[in-house]
Amino acid sequence: MMYTPHTEEEIQSMLQIIGIPSMEGLFADIPKSVRLNRILKTGRPLSELEIRQEMGDLVRKNSHLEEYTSFLGAGSYDHYIPALIGPILFRSEFYTAYTPYQAELSQGMLQAIYEYQTAICELTGMEVANASLYDGASALAEAVLMMVRIGKKRSEILISKTIHPFYQDVVRTYCKGLDLKFIEVEYQNGQVSLDQVKKQITDNTAGLLLQYPNFFGCLEEIPELIQLAHDKGAKVAVSVDPIALGILNSPGELGADIIVGEGQGMGNSMSLGGPYVGFFATRTEFIRQLPGRIVGVAHDKEGRRGYTLTLQTREQHIKRERATSNICTNESLNALASLFYMVTLGKKGLAEVARQSTLKAHFLQDALSRIPGVAIPWSAPFFKEFAVKLDRSPKEINEALLKERIIGGLDLGRYYPELKQHYLLCVTEKRTKSELERLVALISRR
Amino acid sequence: MAEAKRDKLIFEKSVSGRKAYALPPLDVPESSLESLFPSKFLRKEPPGLPEVSELDLVRHYVKLSQKNFSIDSGFYPLGSCTMKYNPKINDEIARLPGLAALHPLQPEETLQGALGLLYALEELLKEILGFDRISFQPVAGAQGEMVGLMMIRAYLQSKGENRHKVLIPDSAHGTNPASAMLAGFEVEEIRSNSQGLIDLDDLKKHMDRDCAALMLTNPNTLGLFEKDIIDISKVVHEAGGLMYMDGANLNALLGLVRPGDMGFDVVHSNLHKTFSTPHGGGGPGAGAVAVKAFLAPFLPKPTIEKKGERYVLDDNRPDSIGKVSTFYGNFGNLVRAYVYIRSNGAEGLARISQMAILNANYVRSKLEKVLKVAQDRICMHEVVFSAKKFKSREIHARDICKRLMDYGFHPPTVYFPLIVEEALMIEPTETESKETLDSFCDALISISKEIELNPELLLNAPFTTPVGRLDETEAVKKLNVRWKKG
Repeated sequence: MMYTPHTEEEIQSMLQIIGIPSMEGLFADIPKSVRLNRILKTGRPLSELEIRQEMGDLVRKNSHLEEYTSFLGAGSYDHYIPALIGPILFRSEFYTAYTPYQAELSQGMLQAIYEYQTAICELTGMEVANASLYDGASALAEAVLMMVRIGKKRSEILISKTIHPFYQDVVRTYCKGLDLKFIEVEYQNGQVSLDQVKKQITDNTAGLLLQYPNFFGCLEEIPELIQLAHDKGAKVAVSVDPIALGILNSPGELGADIIVGEGQGMGNSMSLGGPYVGFFATRTEFIRQLPGRIVGVAHDKEGRRGYTLTLQTREQHIKRERATSNICTNESLNALASLFYMVTLGKKGLAEVARQSTLKAHFLQDALSRIPGVAIPWSAPFFKEFAVKLDRSPKEINEALLKERIIGGLDLGRYYPELKQHYLLCVTEKRTKSELERLVALISRR
Repeated sequence: MAEAKRDKLIFEKSVSGRKAYALPPLDVPESSLESLFPSKFLRKEPPGLPEVSELDLVRHYVKLSQKNFSIDSGFYPLGSCTMKYNPKINDEIARLPGLAALHPLQPEETLQGALGLLYALEELLKEILGFDRISFQPVAGAQGEMVGLMMIRAYLQSKGENRHKVLIPDSAHGTNPASAMLAGFEVEEIRSNSQGLIDLDDLKKHMDRDCAALMLTNPNTLGLFEKDIIDISKVVHEAGGLMYMDGANLNALLGLVRPGDMGFDVVHSNLHKTFSTPHGGGGPGAGAVAVKAFLAPFLPKPTIEKKGERYVLDDNRPDSIGKVSTFYGNFGNLVRAYVYIRSNGAEGLARISQMAILNANYVRSKLEKVLKVAQDRICMHEVVFSAKKFKSREIHARDICKRLMDYGFHPPTVYFPLIVEEALMIEPTETESKETLDSFCDALISISKEIELNPELLLNAPFTTPVGRLDETEAVKKLNVRWKKG
C-alpha cells in the first residue's frame, strides 16, 4: 500500500509547470556517483491484509500481559488504564498535530499542556513544570545538568545506589561530555545511608540524586537528606513514582529542588519500554534554567485568554549551543495521556489506586514472609514494590512461574552483585487476591 | 473550529465529590496506611487534582481537540517537520496487546516476536540508509544527534585523539549545536556560500587536527542537495574528522541516495518524520542512529542480536557509550515505522521521495511570482522563500502566516533557516494532492494581493481561529505557567 495520490497525468502537468521534461530533471543536483542505481532490497509493497496477517503471526510469538499475570515493576508499571483515555487521546486533532508553534491553531494542545503542567505541580508540590521530557531516566539526567548550571563551579554529584540502575546509566551517559564526578552512595536496610551522605557531601557537591520510593520500593528519609544537602549548599533532585504521591508526601513539599519522574504508570501502556514520558518540576526561581518547552498564558487584543509557548529563548532553536538543553521533540501525547489519567482519577482516585496497590503489596509480602526459605531483607517502609531473599535462584522460580502463565519478579542480583537471590516484586491495584495467593502457593511449592 | 469562547480549565470545572473512576472493592484485608508507614511519610492533603464526571471530562477534551489543527484536518506544510499522512494501519498494529502490553523486562523467550521485529527493522534501515549497525534507543532526533556525537567522541578517544571541535553550517537546525555542546564539543560555524551550500573554502579553513566531525544536513535546510558532498567528505576525512548527517530531511532521499554512500559515518533518522509515526502535538518521536562498522562497538546498549534462531538483547558491550533511554527506545513508534516500510516496499519508498520532491518544486514554481525564492534552483523536498520584499509595507513573514490560517491552512515554518531574512519554509510532503497544493498556492497569491491593497488585514489576522493573535511578550513578562485556585 502506497499513500501518494498522484496520477500519471497529474505528474506530467506538474512537471510542465515546473518547466522540466521528466522527473529525472528534479534530481540534477545529486551527483551520479552517489545515486543508488538500483531498487532497494526492502521487498514489494504489502497490502493492509498481508501486513495484518504477518503481524498477527509475529505477535503470537510474544507473551503479553493481557494473557499473563505480571509481578514485574522496576520502572514499567501495570496500572489500569481507564477506557476513556484512548478515545480522547487518539482523536486525530491531538494525535496528528505538530508542536504548537502557531498558537492560534493549537489552543487545544496548549491548554491541555498548561493543565498538565498544573497537575504535575499539584502532584509534586512544586511551583513550575515543563511540557514533558523523554522518559524518567533522561528527566533525571536533565536534572543533573540543571543542578550543574545552578551550582556554577561545583563539580560533584552524589548518586544514590538505590536509584534504578538504568537511570544511573542514562545519567552517566548524558554527563560524559561534562567535567563531572559521580560519587555513589551506599544503602543500608534498603535505604540510602544517611551516614554515607554525611561523609561524602562537600562544598563541591552540586547535587544529590534520589529516588522515592527507591528502586527497592523503599521510602527514603527525605527531610533528613534534604537537610544534609542544603547545609552544604547542594541541590536535591528526586525521581518519584507519581502514583505513590497519591498517598505519600511529595519530596517537593519537603523542600527538594527538582522533582522528576516517569509518567508511564499514569495512562500509558508498557509497550516494551516506550514511548514513555518524563516529567520535570521545580521552583519558580529556577524557571530560566528549566529544560524543554513551557506553556504560558497570554491574551489576544480582545482580552481573550489563550495559551502559547513561552520562555523560548532558553530553547535550542533560539539559543543554539547556549540552550538549556538540546530537547526539541518531546513526549506531548504521552504527557496528555498522563493528564487524562490524573483528571480521571482526580483528588480521591489517585489516592485510592495508591492505597490499594500498597495494601496488596503488603499482603503479598506478609504471605511470602511465612514461607520457609523466604526472608525479608529490609525493614524500611515500602510502597508497591519490595524485595525478598530466596533460598533458590530467582531464575529458577521465574521459569516455573512462566509455565503457569505468570511473569515473576526481577532478579536483583543481575544489577546488584551483592544481592544474589534477592527478588523484587511489584503489586499494582490490578492484581487480585487470588492471583497473589496463587503466586504464594507456587513459590511455596518445592 | 469551535467559536471563540473563554474556555474554562478542567480545574475550574471541578466540583467536590464528583468522580470519573471506580475501582473494584479491595479484596485483601483492610488495614490503615498509618499501620504500614510512619505518619511522617503520609500526605496530609490529597493532591489538588480536579473532581469531574466522566462526561464532563470527555466533553472538555473533545472541545479542546476541536481547537487544534492537525494533519488529519488539513494541509500542514511545516518545513523540516515532514507532516505527512499517518496511515491508520500503523496505529492499529502498534496497539495490539501483543505489542502494547509487553513489559520491557519480561524474559527474552516471551518477547521473540517483538525482538524479531526490531531485528528486522534494523535490517531494513541498514539497507535504506547504507549503514552497518543501528541503535533504536534514541527517542527523538536530538537525542540521536547526541548519541551519534558521543560515539564519535568515544571512537576518537579510543584512538588516543582528543579532538574537541564540531563544525556546523550556519543553516543548521538549532538542535545540532545544542547536541554538540551536550556531547562535550565546542561548536564552530561554517558559512554558506552564495548558492546556499556549504562554503568549501571556509570548511577547509576550519578543518584541522582539533576537528572531530562535520555535522551536516543533506539536503540542507534550504531544501538544497549539497552537490559537492563527495569533496566535502574528502576534506573532512583527510583531516581525520568524521561525517555526521542530520537525517531530518531524509524524506527526500529514499531509494535515490543512501547517506552511507555519500561518505557519512553516522546518521540519525527521525522515524516519526520519514516513516510516518504521528507527531502527537510534539512527540513521541524516534531517532534511530545508524553507524558504519568501525563505530559499532560504541553503540548504546543493549543491541538486538540474533543467535541461531533466537533474538537476544546484548548488554555485554564494554566500549558502549552506555544507555540513553530507560529501556529500548520508543518501541511503539518503531512498530509503526516497520509497518510503514513493509507497506510501501521498495517501489513505495522511492515514490515517497520522488513525489515529495515533485510537490516542493511545484509549489516553488507556482509561488515564485509572488514570493522570492531563497535560492533560484531546483529544490529537494522543501522550498524556502523570503518575505523580505513586503517589509516596506511593514508586513513580516509572521503576518503572512497568521493570515494563512484564515484560509484554512497551517502556516509554513517561519524565520528558519536563520540565514534567510523573513524566511518561509514550505514542505508539502508526498501525500498531498495537486488540488491541495493549488489551493494553498492560490491562498498565498491572494494574500500577496491583500498586502498591496489592505495590509491592515494581515496585521490583525487571524480572524477565524479560537483566539486572535496572542501577546507573546506578555506570556514572558507576566509568567503564568500553571493555574492556581483563586
